Parts: sequence; C-alpha cells; structure tokens
Amino acid sequence: MKETELHHDKDIREDLAWSQINSDIMKSLENPRRGFWYTVIGCLVLLAIGITAEVLQYMYGMGRSKNHPHMWNLYIATFIFWIGMSHSGTLLSAILHIVHADWRKPIYRFAEAMTTFSLMTALLFPVIHLGRLWNFYWVIPYVPARGTWPNFRSPLSWDGFAIMTYLTSSALFLYIGMLPDLAIARDNTTGWRKKLYSTLSLGWYGSDRQWRIFRKAYMLMAIFLIPLAVSVHSIVSSDFAMSIMPGWHVTTFPPYFVSGALYSGCAAIVTLFILLRYYFRWEEYMTLAILEKICKLTFAIAMVWTYLNLVEFASVWYGHDIYGKEVLWAKMTGAYAPVFWSMMFFGSVLPFTLAFRKLRRHIPTMMTVSILLNVGMWLERWMIISPTLSQSFYPWSWDVMWPTLTSWGIVLGSFGWFGLLFLTFVKIFPSVSMYEVKEMVYHRRLASEKAQAERRNTGGAQPAFSLSMRKEDGS
Amino acid sequence: MKKTRRILGLFGNFDEATNAIYDIRASKIAGLSVDDVTLISPIEHPDVEEALGDRPVSVQYFTFCGGLFGLVGSWLWIASAQASFLVQPQGGKPVVTLVSNFVLSYEMMILGGVLSTLIGLLIGARLPSRPHTLYSEKVSLDQIGIILELEDTQIESAKNLFRNHRVLEIREEVMK
Repeated sequence: MKETELHHDKDIREDLAWSQINSDIMKSLENPRRGFWYTVIGCLVLLAIGITAEVLQYMYGMGRSKNHPHMWNLYIATFIFWIGMSHSGTLLSAILHIVHADWRKPIYRFAEAMTTFSLMTALLFPVIHLGRLWNFYWVIPYVPARGTWPNFRSPLSWDGFAIMTYLTSSALFLYIGMLPDLAIARDNTTGWRKKLYSTLSLGWYGSDRQWRIFRKAYMLMAIFLIPLAVSVHSIVSSDFAMSIMPGWHVTTFPPYFVSGALYSGCAAIVTLFILLRYYFRWEEYMTLAILEKICKLTFAIAMVWTYLNLVEFASVWYGHDIYGKEVLWAKMTGAYAPVFWSMMFFGSVLPFTLAFRKLRRHIPTMMTVSILLNVGMWLERWMIISPTLSQSFYPWSWDVMWPTLTSWGIVLGSFGWFGLLFLTFVKIFPSVSMYEVKEMVYHRRLASEKAQAERRNTGGAQPAFSLSMRKEDGS
Repeated sequence: MKKTRRILGLFGNFDEATNAIYDIRASKIAGLSVDDVTLISPIEHPDVEEALGDRPVSVQYFTFCGGLFGLVGSWLWIASAQASFLVQPQGGKPVVTLVSNFVLSYEMMILGGVLSTLIGLLIGARLPSRPHTLYSEKVSLDQIGIILELEDTQIESAKNLFRNHRVLEIREEVMK
C-alpha cells in the first residue's frame, strides 16, 4: 500500500501538536461554515411550525373523537423514536470507554450530547400527549398527592423513573467528561465565553489528584450507564409487551427495542458526524477511518435488528395467537403494507451499502444512507403502534389512521427543537474532546516511535505481525 | 521546618517531568519527599502517577454507599407509598409488590450510585475551587508542571534539580 493511503487510514494523525488541537477546536467554535447557520434557520422554522401546530391543537383539538384509540399514535411512535435515538450516544461511549477503544475520543462528546437532547425531546411528547398542558407535572409519578394514586405496578410509572434516571445520569456523564475541556476553554478564551467556562470548569487545573479521581469516577459512571441504557428501552418496550394487545404481547420486545434504539442512534451518529465535520472543518479529527468504524458498527447492529424482526415474525406466525397473526398479516398485506415494506427495505436491505468500503468512505452516500436508516427506524415505531391499534380486540375501533397536519406539525417541531438544542451545544461547547484527542495522539505517537525503533533494530525488515494486521484490514 | 515557599517548574514533555520526580524520590533534596509534589498535566498519565507513588482514591466508597442507599431507600419509599393505598381495592393483588418494585429500585440504585459518584468526585478533587495560585495556562496547552512545597533552604536545590531536567520556566510564590 502507498504511504499516502496509509496516512489516510489512520484514525488520527499522530504528528498533531497539542497546542494545534486546542487552537483548531476552539477557533472552529467561533467560525463555523455558513451551512451551520442555514441549519439553525431550518430548525427555527421547524420549531415555529411545531409551536403553531401545538397552539392549533390546544385551541381546536385534533379533529377526532377523544375516545378514538388512534388519537395519539403519532406522538407515541415519535416518543419511542426519540427515546431510541438517545440510546447509542451514551451507551456506546460508555462501552467503548470501558474497553479502551480510543477511536471514540474525537466523537463521543457530540454523541453524548445527542443522547441528552434526544431525551429532552422525547419528554415533550408525554406532555403533549396529556392534552391539558397546564397539568404537565401530573406525569411525574410521585407518591400519592392530588388523589392521583400512581400505580407503581404499571410500566408507565417505571418509564418515568427510568427516563428521568437516564436523563440525569447521561447529562452528568456528559458534564463530568467535559470538565478538563472546560478548563482548556477557560484558558484559551476571553469575554463571556471565559466567564462561562470558568464557572463550569469548577476550578479544574489538572493535578494528579484530580486526574486519579476523575479517571475512577468516570469509569464508575460508565459502568452504571450500560445497564441503565439497556433497562430504559426494555422498560419502554414493557409499555407494550406487558399489555395483551395483539402484536405487542411478544417476549422478544425488550431486545428488539434495544437493538432498534442502538440502530437509530448509530445512524444518527453517522449523520451528525458528517454534519459537524463539515460545519467546523474537523476533517483532521473526524476522519474517514473513524467514520468507517461507526458504519461497520451500524451494519452489525442492523443485522441484529433484522434477526430480531424475523424472530418476532416467526414466533407470531407459528404461535397460536390468531389475533397476533392477523395483525401481522394486515401489516404485510393491508393498508399499512407500503409502510411495512419500506421499513423492511430501509432497515434490513439498505444497510448492506455499509458493507462496502468504497461506499463507507463516500460522504454524500453515507449522509443519505444514515438519514434513510433513521426514516426506516421511525417507520418501525409507526409500525409497532398503528397496526395494533387499527385491529385490536374492539371492532368499533378498527380503522386505518393517518395523522392530521396538526400532528405532523408537532412532530416536525420536535426535530426543530432537537436541532436547536444540539446546534447551540456544539456552538458553545467543544464537541471534540481536546484532552482525550491529545491522549490519543500521544499514545499513538509513542507506539509509532516504538515500532520505528523496532524496525531500525531489525534492519528495516517489517515485523510479521504488522503484515498480518494489514491483510486483515483488507488493504 | 515549616514549608514557606511554593515553586512551579514547567516541562516540555513527560519524560523530563517523570525523571525529575524520580530524582525527588531519590532524596536528592534533603527534607523533601514525594508527598510535597503535585503534578499538573494536560492529560492523565498513569506512568507519571506511578512515579508519584500510591495516592489512595476513595470515590468508589461514595458510589457503593449511594447505590445501596438508592436501592434500599427507594424500596422503602415506594413500599410506604403503596402501603397508603390500602383504602383502594387491590383486586386480590399484593399491596407491596416485590417484582415491580425491584424495577424501580434498580433504577434508583443507579441514580443513587451516579449522584454519589459525582459527590465523591467533587469532594475528592476539591471542586469547586479556584485554580492553584501557581497554575499556568501553558499546562492546558502542552506543558507539564511540577509544584513543590518547600522550606526556604530547599529553594535553590529544587531549582537546580528542575534545571537538570531542562525545565522551561520556574515560578515561585510565598505560601500564606
């Protein structure tokens, strides 16, 4: 392989100076490409649509009978979509941290931010769901007050606990991981930024005592977050699986939900990776080699999701639950069939593009594919909710429901809300971890110097392990 | 003798800083021990911390206590809330439900563990506080600092030791 190609295959250039890393990241925050501002405007427009739709819904209702079980299905599907989207960021960051996969270092910060803001977006939907917005605090399952008698046996109560725990823990994990970078930002900025970073960095100055405690505390939090992330989406799946509705009462729902959540989260990481790389000119840090790794991970998770889908279909098909079987048949051949087959195409066939190296390294293709994968994942959530409600045990509720424009407006608004939160975060805070990129560069430089010294000692001959590793790479 | 002075030496790389610490450990400055040394660095570096010797970290005890409190406390809290439901018809189901309460207690165990880890971090790392008075912004760029607490008579030997290891800059202050 040519030397230039080898250079491009590295996760990061090991000759990057530490001071350059600081200045690259901090300067880029001040001066993003124009596309960043266009996206901000786009998000503002979406949010305005969402707010208008919410006001209309508040004033005129949804245009349907309140007794119709379909009434809220778009909001429930979108709630699950946002909860799912939140999954990959913190979970993958924690897993990769524990196994010391250092390629996570340039990308984990924005992925964790994605988790926090997705959860904040998801939390809008139970409130919108309520209808009576002024009673929003009634969704919090605290002990009997107001005569509401929260039912702790209900998965909906579990949801409240699990999501609030996940939001709190993810936000703290994000903040703690950012402390050393906030100190760097404090030392390299002036004006309002310096004041903000000085307050948030809490006086961190990088003493050996602080680093030792930080390392252990961060690892402990990572260990807690892995089972927490799995439990959150398992509990969301219990909202459905613990009912006896056809199509929902399925044993494989918890792993199916977790894999779907990881899948949509990974696809979102790819989308945001490409956008941030472009907005902030972070080609040096968000390299194609790292993009390839995330794409491979997404492909693997896509195949797990496909398998769990097939298991679910098979268990319903060969089971003795005729109602469940009818719902499955209606999904495949009824009014929702185009949505069902689109879901299968986007979720199970399209990911095969991720299996090809040339395509994984082609940014426009990966941008398009990652967005379509998430379209597929949104359709999956729609397919979980709607067909069951269309054909449940009550014949009076049999109906094919398509959402109203008002409902769609609120869903679009949620994308604007998420986008604005995320873009504000990446504009204010360093979304590439500077201190960890320095560690990555430092350790790789040491390894490279060691390898060079070994080559010199062996008279220029390539060590055997090096050749075999390159072959495994497919290069 | 009382420690009255504090000096900071800034180094260009970890090797020099580590060697300087090993020299301090080898008692090259009379009366100065490795306990008087604070290393400040832009990244965590276990090798240099090894040179500094074992310095115990107790954050895990906070985590354990917080997790246990979350588990037991939430179970009692939820069970006591359920116990006040007695006026409601239960339909033959138990008032305090073990299985569903376990799910909630599990979540609260994690929340308790995470929050107490944060408290342990803040207490252990002495945060929030003002950065060290001798702190140099060059540390957040690419330099490694060693801070020593010294008696007046040790200052010159310490500076010489730093110079032997190609120190880039030395700062000094009188301790209040």
